[in-house]
Amino acid sequence: MSLGFILTSIEQGLIYGIMAIGVYITFRILDFADLTVDGSITLGAAISSHMIIANFNPFFTLIVATVGGAISGSITGFLNTKMKIAPLLSGILTMTSLYSINLRIMGRPNIPLISDITIFDLFYLPFIPTRYQDFILILFIVIMVLILLILFLKTKLGYALRATGDNPNMVRSMAIDTKKIKMIGLIIANSFVALSGALICQYQGFADISMGIGTIIAGLASVIIGEVLIGKKSFYFIVPGIILGSIIYRGSISFALMSGFAASDLKLLTALIVIFFLSAPRLKSFLGGTFNA
Amino acid sequence: MLKLINISKTFNIDTLNQTKALININLEVKNGDFITIIGGNGAGKSTLLNSIAGVFKPTEGNIILSKKNITDLPEYKRANFIGRVFQDPLMGTSPEMTIEENLSMALNKKSSLSLKWAVNKRKREIIKDHLSEINLGLENRLETKVKLLSGGQRQALTLLMATIIEPDILLLDEHTAALDPATAIKINELTENIISNHNITTLMITHNMKAALRFGNRLLMMNRGKLLLDIDGKTKENMTINHLLEIFQKKHKEGFYNDRSILSLA
Repeated sequence: MSLGFILTSIEQGLIYGIMAIGVYITFRILDFADLTVDGSITLGAAISSHMIIANFNPFFTLIVATVGGAISGSITGFLNTKMKIAPLLSGILTMTSLYSINLRIMGRPNIPLISDITIFDLFYLPFIPTRYQDFILILFIVIMVLILLILFLKTKLGYALRATGDNPNMVRSMAIDTKKIKMIGLIIANSFVALSGALICQYQGFADISMGIGTIIAGLASVIIGEVLIGKKSFYFIVPGIILGSIIYRGSISFALMSGFAASDLKLLTALIVIFFLSAPRLKSFLGGTFNA
Repeated sequence: MLKLINISKTFNIDTLNQTKALININLEVKNGDFITIIGGNGAGKSTLLNSIAGVFKPTEGNIILSKKNITDLPEYKRANFIGRVFQDPLMGTSPEMTIEENLSMALNKKSSLSLKWAVNKRKREIIKDHLSEINLGLENRLETKVKLLSGGQRQALTLLMATIIEPDILLLDEHTAALDPATAIKINELTENIISNHNITTLMITHNMKAALRFGNRLLMMNRGKLLLDIDGKTKENMTINHLLEIFQKKHKEGFYNDRSILSLA
């Protein structure tokens, strides 16, 4: 296993980790199974790639992509809280519509960014070997996101977000509108996801209309791996743990590819990883049971 | 203070399961009243409290609190002036959050949601002070997650959360019913202390007739969606459980002895 291989896995894991944190916010903190993610990650990439080929500053495209993600989250929130459509269906509806919207934005199913300027072309630190430049930029962005999120979770609004997923009844009796909080949670989560999508397209050098398929499962896999590694601790540890989970997940995917699996097998492998981790407690007691008998 | 004007609530209107849970209830609660409410299952006690709290809108009638008509106000907005403790100890707190985090949310009840820190040094001191008043040693366990607390501790915490910012009115829905007898007595005493120290207007549902007679300055008895009895403090002082039962039988002969309330005579 070469250093390049490890470095690439870590870089990918860090970028996708931002998406995984978005998934953590909806699935774990808010207890809202949000499937918007598959669409909003592509939305981020679509916005960013389209703007880059139109010669916008690549850093600026990250901001626009994030705002785009926020809007897509607010649509899911609107469908759920105002139109009373079930959480799963709200997410699926937004995700499905985003497919058409993303195609509109991109104008074609695939935008290559080979000769265009991305954030990785603009960023340069002196005295550091070229191969580590990307890594440092990505690490910096991820750390910023982590700090922002952890600080946010310590504010009044952050507390309300955590309590809404835990016991909405208590939140209402504390004079807080849980619908508003759900909306805010979905907006924040999908902003992270779209930011991650924008970074992905710049990192890999292209945006593709189907790049979002299965994102939610990859995000869940990272969250679950992170939680298994960190254990049931406070979010100060779990949030960075999810980034770690994402890195491990990407590493195992790269490893699977190296050991001969085809790229088309990846979705199945991902699903199997998630199934394995989710059923681990069951498997354990099942095995324990047979041993005792 | 609190006025219920001709409140009715019918569930499942126009279906086979149509139930009249409240029928033309008129009630005036004075400032500082501590009212206990008794009645059998299905008498409408919880429906009464829920319609005051805004869990649902009454089918008919108006609710006036401190001269404001709150009939159309959603539950979360009414929570600004209403404190509640539920029967289920799991209902009133966020289990995954710590004692301090839970209480800080109660302390921030009237301030707007913002990106300010939820807890600061001053708030931590206030929280500690309040916790040491209830004498459960919780002031030294600020970082403990609430899910690790016993039912009694949780109810004490919920009670504190409901009253740390003084509400206009406190609604207690059998908040000791899920606790063991010894803990229930403790929580009842704590309730009385908090209510009398801060002179909080309170409505308390109980299945325990002894408690209903012992606490408060007024007693309501409900049956089948109606107010059967409204006894003021003086009359109440000279009452016994047998009196209550006699009155109840006189007014309404059926249904009461089948009820769970008979079990809590002992």
